[in-house]
Amino acid sequence: MSEHCRESVDLLYHYLDGELAEEHHITIRRHLIDCPPCWSAFEFETELRVVIAHKAKEQVPAHLRQRVFDAISQLEE
Amino acid sequence: MADQATFAEQAMEHMPSLYTAALRMTRNPADAEDLVQETYLKAYRGFGGFTEGTNLKAWLYRILTNTYINIYRAKKRRPEETDVEDFESLYLYHRLGGAEVAAAGRSAEEEVLDRFTETEVKDAIEALPEQFRMAVILGDVEGFSYKEMAEILDVPIGTVMSRLHRGRRALQKRLYDFGRQRGLVPAREGTE
Repeated sequence: MSEHCRESVDLLYHYLDGELAEEHHITIRRHLIDCPPCWSAFEFETELRVVIAHKAKEQVPAHLRQRVFDAISQLEE
Repeated sequence: MADQATFAEQAMEHMPSLYTAALRMTRNPADAEDLVQETYLKAYRGFGGFTEGTNLKAWLYRILTNTYINIYRAKKRRPEETDVEDFESLYLYHRLGGAEVAAAGRSAEEEVLDRFTETEVKDAIEALPEQFRMAVILGDVEGFSYKEMAEILDVPIGTVMSRLHRGRRALQKRLYDFGRQRGLVPAREGTE
């Protein structure tokens, strides 16, 4: 694992969250293109996040929507 | 200045994401529904103070978060841990086979991740201590920026990052444990 790999993994979340300054973002992006192991690790983390967001979502029960509408209407009266 | 007539039309579309967060926070549908209703009532009453054109979803989340802290934390059903162990980066990736799986192609990787059920993902989030759970919901499920999260949670950005990053790694550990229990993933030598 090179120094670049270590630096990239340290900033993995900042990178994926789009929270790095442009200059840093570009440095890591370049490293990922050159380094298949880091590329695949970053891909995995990206995919994992999609899976988590997707599987954690809930449908609103129909009665809740109605309940909230009713509660707000009562305030209006 | 925002008026209450436009409230329903603008705020209601955020209910699925508010309900998701409420359920992950309270861990029980009845409390989650009460929390969502209370959030909407407070938001409706306070809508005059909301500046139109600013981030309505973040504003609603801030109300949800404060309401949760004020009401539900007080009547918590089980004692809450307040800290998580700090696990290493790429915890799950390395244990699910890392580069080997990746070499087998993108779809193999997706297949591994797809083995986790919705219940396991939800349970893994709900097992996180409150502060970390909140950060993971806002960051990973809802995709808020660090700055938005700092505003919603009323903590410095550094605190947001620390909670989010540690919460994510703890979540990976939990998912791995579920995978092990169900025999979905092998115990890997040298990684324990």
